[in-house]
Amino acid sequence: MTETAAQSTVADAKAPPDTMAWDSGLRRLMMIYLPLGCFVLILLFPFYWMAITSFKPNAELMNYRDNNPFWISSPTLAHIKHLLFNTAYPQWLKTTMLVAIGSTTLSLIASTLAAYAIERLRFRGSPYVGLGIYLAYLVPPSILFIPLATVVVQFGLFDSPLALILVYPTFLVPFCTWLLIGYFKSIPYELEECALVDGATRLQILRRITLPLAVPGLISAGIFSFTLSWNEFIYALAFIQSGANKTVPVAILTELVTGDVYQWGALMAGSLLGSLPVAIFYSLFVDYYVSSLTGAVKE
Amino acid sequence: MSVTTLSSDALAQRQPNWIVRLFDYKPFLIVMCLAPAIGLLTVFLTYPLGLGVWLAFTDTTIGRRGIFVGIENFQYLLTDPLWWNAVFYSVFYTGVATFGKFALGFWLALLLNNHFPFKSLLRAIVLLPWIVPTVLSALAFWWIYDPQFSIISYLLVDVLHWRDSNIDFLGSPWPARFSLIAANIWRGIPFVAISLLAGLQTISPSLYEAAMLDGASAWQRFRYITFPMMLPILAIVMTFSIIFTFTDFQLVYAITRGGPVNSTHLLATLAFQRGIAGGELGEGAAIAVSMIPFLVFATLFSYFGLARRKWQQGEAND
Repeated sequence: MTETAAQSTVADAKAPPDTMAWDSGLRRLMMIYLPLGCFVLILLFPFYWMAITSFKPNAELMNYRDNNPFWISSPTLAHIKHLLFNTAYPQWLKTTMLVAIGSTTLSLIASTLAAYAIERLRFRGSPYVGLGIYLAYLVPPSILFIPLATVVVQFGLFDSPLALILVYPTFLVPFCTWLLIGYFKSIPYELEECALVDGATRLQILRRITLPLAVPGLISAGIFSFTLSWNEFIYALAFIQSGANKTVPVAILTELVTGDVYQWGALMAGSLLGSLPVAIFYSLFVDYYVSSLTGAVKE
Repeated sequence: MSVTTLSSDALAQRQPNWIVRLFDYKPFLIVMCLAPAIGLLTVFLTYPLGLGVWLAFTDTTIGRRGIFVGIENFQYLLTDPLWWNAVFYSVFYTGVATFGKFALGFWLALLLNNHFPFKSLLRAIVLLPWIVPTVLSALAFWWIYDPQFSIISYLLVDVLHWRDSNIDFLGSPWPARFSLIAANIWRGIPFVAISLLAGLQTISPSLYEAAMLDGASAWQRFRYITFPMMLPILAIVMTFSIIFTFTDFQLVYAITRGGPVNSTHLLATLAFQRGIAGGELGEGAAIAVSMIPFLVFATLFSYFGLARRKWQQGEAND
């Protein structure tokens, strides 16, 4: 390593320009493209493996000697057919969609209003309310699920998707509020002052001026909430018992994993189908994801 | 006469009815705006948090209201080897996984900070493991770690001939522990890399130019410019990462469920096993509450990270 480094410095110093260009090209390849390639390969491999497993017939899955495991010689839709017609998978998808859309809508409304109050109505103590909501984000679900289970039972919501719709905002609202505070901050206050001078009410200002300008922030918050609630696991595992009301991640793990011989084809097909909605969503809104992820961190 | 009618008309127009006036009354508006968020958070976050601490001091089970038993639950936990085991593995898991995530994530962020074609596409691909439901990618890892048909074993045994027998990833304690940590690092790299990349892009190139004019080497530029400038954002991202790694549940529950022989229990999975699956709500709550000191420590870390950032920027910067 030191030897090559020494060689390259010598080459840098003495070689004519074209060799130097080649050398820096090679260096770039070794220092940037090669590690990047490894990262991408490792980060994507489980998905490739998931996808390829879900289309492999069982005979191929369990026999690496006669088939190349990295490829499918006779692709089959049997696993997906099994999922769609022999299990409650469509029902699980529907429940998950319902829960994700419900909790996203609820948290968007709550956090838009809260962010507007904290950032624009500026009252005494508003920074502390903001800080309190931020701290709520630091309370992880793992220490809440046991007492929450008793609360859910008290409210008579046990085993109902409504429980999840009401509980998910506990981690969505803090996140969305902080994201939206950041967006509201970037909207010039003068616009609102003009509207106030023209005699608009506060609610009119929120509806006609602030919200239209904050649409990118609202989209970011919305897709992020949707993804987080689609992916949520521990609450859904603890609060839902009957097979029909389970969300996709929980159902695959508790309903499809049966006995000692795992149906890897069906499991992977289920995982693939369960990941697709968020993956498609993600591919449509990549920039919003990146901006909300980094925005929330920077705040 | 006509003048008064006109003015009262104008008055009526300007103040149409009391509802509109009420909604323009600032204190009322503030309360109305904050009510949904604060209400939801109080009922489903603050109240359960308090209830959880209370439950930890009772012997509640599912279906039976418990009575106050003082610190009996905690005394029991201190004598319970499984709890100690979970504490050990939670700390070990968090430590090793956080180190791995940040070392690799920082590296990936530095790589992505270069100029090359298809950069935004690559950034989108990199974030994918973070977007997909954790349990579902954990299932993929479970399949990758299969004792018989593991693709890693296939590569090492049949393709590269480095080993004679398949690796037993999840069958014995230490390999299982490291397999879970590897899966956690895999899932955590994108978040760290993309957050740190955002931080890297805020560093002014003029700093590097100045350093290069002074003859600083690549390592010196990293050590004396990149690293110090990244410290505030590193502190924040690390706090989040530590909190959510320490309280991780999904990966372990999906891949090993705490096995083999309870060697991979994290505090969260142990709390679930005792509290929900076993029905001992009081004891489960006590295990969950025992995570709080660690979390408070991580939050203080974040607070001082933020304070440092304000200090660096010269004045209070909201």
